[in-house]
Amino acid sequence: MSKIIEGLLYSDSHEWVKVDGDIAVIGVSDFAQAEMGDITYVDMPEVDDEVTKGEDFGALESVKASSELYAPVSGVVVEVNDALEDAPELVNEDAFANWIIKVRMSDESELDDLMDAAAYAEIAK
Amino acid sequence: MEDNLKLTCLYDKHVALGAKMSPFAGFMMPIQYSGIADEHIAVRTRVGMFDVSHMGEIFISGPDAERYVNHIFTNDVRGIAPGTILYGMMLYPTGGVVDDLLVYKEFAPDSFLLVVNASNIDKDYEWMLAQAPGYDVRIDNRSEEWGQIAVQGPEAEKVVVEVLGWPGAADLAFYTFADFECGERMIVSRTGYTGEDGFEIYASPEMVNRLWDDFLKAGVTPCGLGCRDTLRFEAGLPLYGDELSADITPVEAGLSMFCKLDKDEFIGKDALVRQKAEGTEKKLVGIEIFDKAIPRAGYPVELEDGTPVGVVTTGYRSISLDRSICFALVDSAYSKLGTPLWIRIRKKVFPGKVVKKRFYQTNYKK
Repeated sequence: MSKIIEGLLYSDSHEWVKVDGDIAVIGVSDFAQAEMGDITYVDMPEVDDEVTKGEDFGALESVKASSELYAPVSGVVVEVNDALEDAPELVNEDAFANWIIKVRMSDESELDDLMDAAAYAEIAK
Repeated sequence: MEDNLKLTCLYDKHVALGAKMSPFAGFMMPIQYSGIADEHIAVRTRVGMFDVSHMGEIFISGPDAERYVNHIFTNDVRGIAPGTILYGMMLYPTGGVVDDLLVYKEFAPDSFLLVVNASNIDKDYEWMLAQAPGYDVRIDNRSEEWGQIAVQGPEAEKVVVEVLGWPGAADLAFYTFADFECGERMIVSRTGYTGEDGFEIYASPEMVNRLWDDFLKAGVTPCGLGCRDTLRFEAGLPLYGDELSADITPVEAGLSMFCKLDKDEFIGKDALVRQKAEGTEKKLVGIEIFDKAIPRAGYPVELEDGTPVGVVTTGYRSISLDRSICFALVDSAYSKLGTPLWIRIRKKVFPGKVVKKRFYQTNYKK
C-alpha cells in the first residue's frame, strides 16, 4: 500500500503539488516511485524554462524504463532539486520529501483540476 | 491475466517469491525479485539463477542430420565432437535472421539439439520443416517437455558441483556440455547469456523445480529477465528483436565470426558474401554518451547538425560500469571507433562517441 499525504493535490499522472502562495512545489507520488522501481536518473528542466499543464517537463528513469513527468500546472520553473542529480534514489526513499521542481504558476485556477488525497487514493492502487 | 500466455514450470515458485511478473515472448515471466540492480550485481560478484524454461528445444536426428543442420545454420557443425556447442544463426536467403541459436552436438550418432529463442519457437519449427525436403531427418519440437535453469556468476561452478553432487561439472569447458544421469536425462551445459562463467541446465519440469529449490537453499540469488537483459547487454551480446531481426544481417550486427563463409553452402550465404564484398549501409555499434541521461531503444542517433544517422537498439545506465551506453544501428560511414555521435533523448541532445560493443570484460571459463 503506497503512502498518500493529506493536504497535497494530485494529478492522474501521479504528480503531487504543494501550494505555497503562487509557487507550486511538484514531485511524484509514492505510488509512482514504487511502480518505477529503482530510479537511476531524473531528467529535469532548467530554471526559467516554461512548463505547460499536461505536457511533459522531464522524466524519471529506472534501470528498465523511462516514465515522463507531466506538469500539473503551467508556469515558469523557479527552482529545480539539484540533489536529485547525484542522488536520484532520494525519490525512492521519500517521494514526498524530495520534490523535483518549483513552478511560479501562471494560472492558479488550474489547481481546480487536480485531485485531493481521498480522490487520488482511488486511482493509486 | 492475458489470454494465451504460457506459464513455465517454475511459475508458482516465482509468485511465491514475490517476483514482479510480466508477459515476455508469449510467457508470463519474472522480471525481477529483489530489484534489477541487486540481481545484476549478484551475478557479477557471486551467483544468480534464471528461469529460462521458456527457451525452445528442437531435436534433429537422422542420417542427413549433419548435412541438414549445416544447411540451415551459419556456423560449421561438420565433424564436431559430441558434447560441443556452437553459437550461430539461421538466415533467410536475404541474409536477414530467422533466429540466433545454440547447436548442441549430441552423444547419440546423427543427433543435434537446437536451442532457440522463446519468441521464435513456432516460426523456427515451421522454418526447419520447410527446409527439410530432400534431407532424411526427423525434426522434433520438444520445447514443452524441457525446463531450464541458468546458473551464472563467479561462484556458479562451486554451487553447481555442490547441488548436483557431481564434481565432473567443474571439468566442463566453455561451450561444451555433458549428460548427467539422475534417473532421467539432464543436460549440463557450460554456457550463458551474462558475460560471466556459468551453466545452463536442462531437465524435466519436475527436476527443474527440485533444482530451483536446491539452488535457493544453497544461497543462489533468483534473477529475473530485467537483469538478464542488463547483463547480456554489458557483455556485448545481441538480443533477437533488438540487435537481430529479419531486417538485420549478421554482417551488419558484427557477428560474421559465427558465419562460416568457407562452407560450400548454407541458406543466406550468398547475401553475406555480397555484403562482405560490397560493405553494408548500416552497422551495429556501441555508443557512450557523456551524461547520466539514458539512451533507450528507438531514440534517434544524429550528427552535430541534427542529421539522423541511426537508431538506438538497446541502452542502459550500465550497472557494472556506471556509464550511459547503448547499441545502435548507424550508417556505416559513422561506425568507426571514436566517431562523435549525438543521441536525442526527449527534448535534449547528448554528445557521445562510438565505443566497443563489448562494454564489460567477460569472465568466461576457457
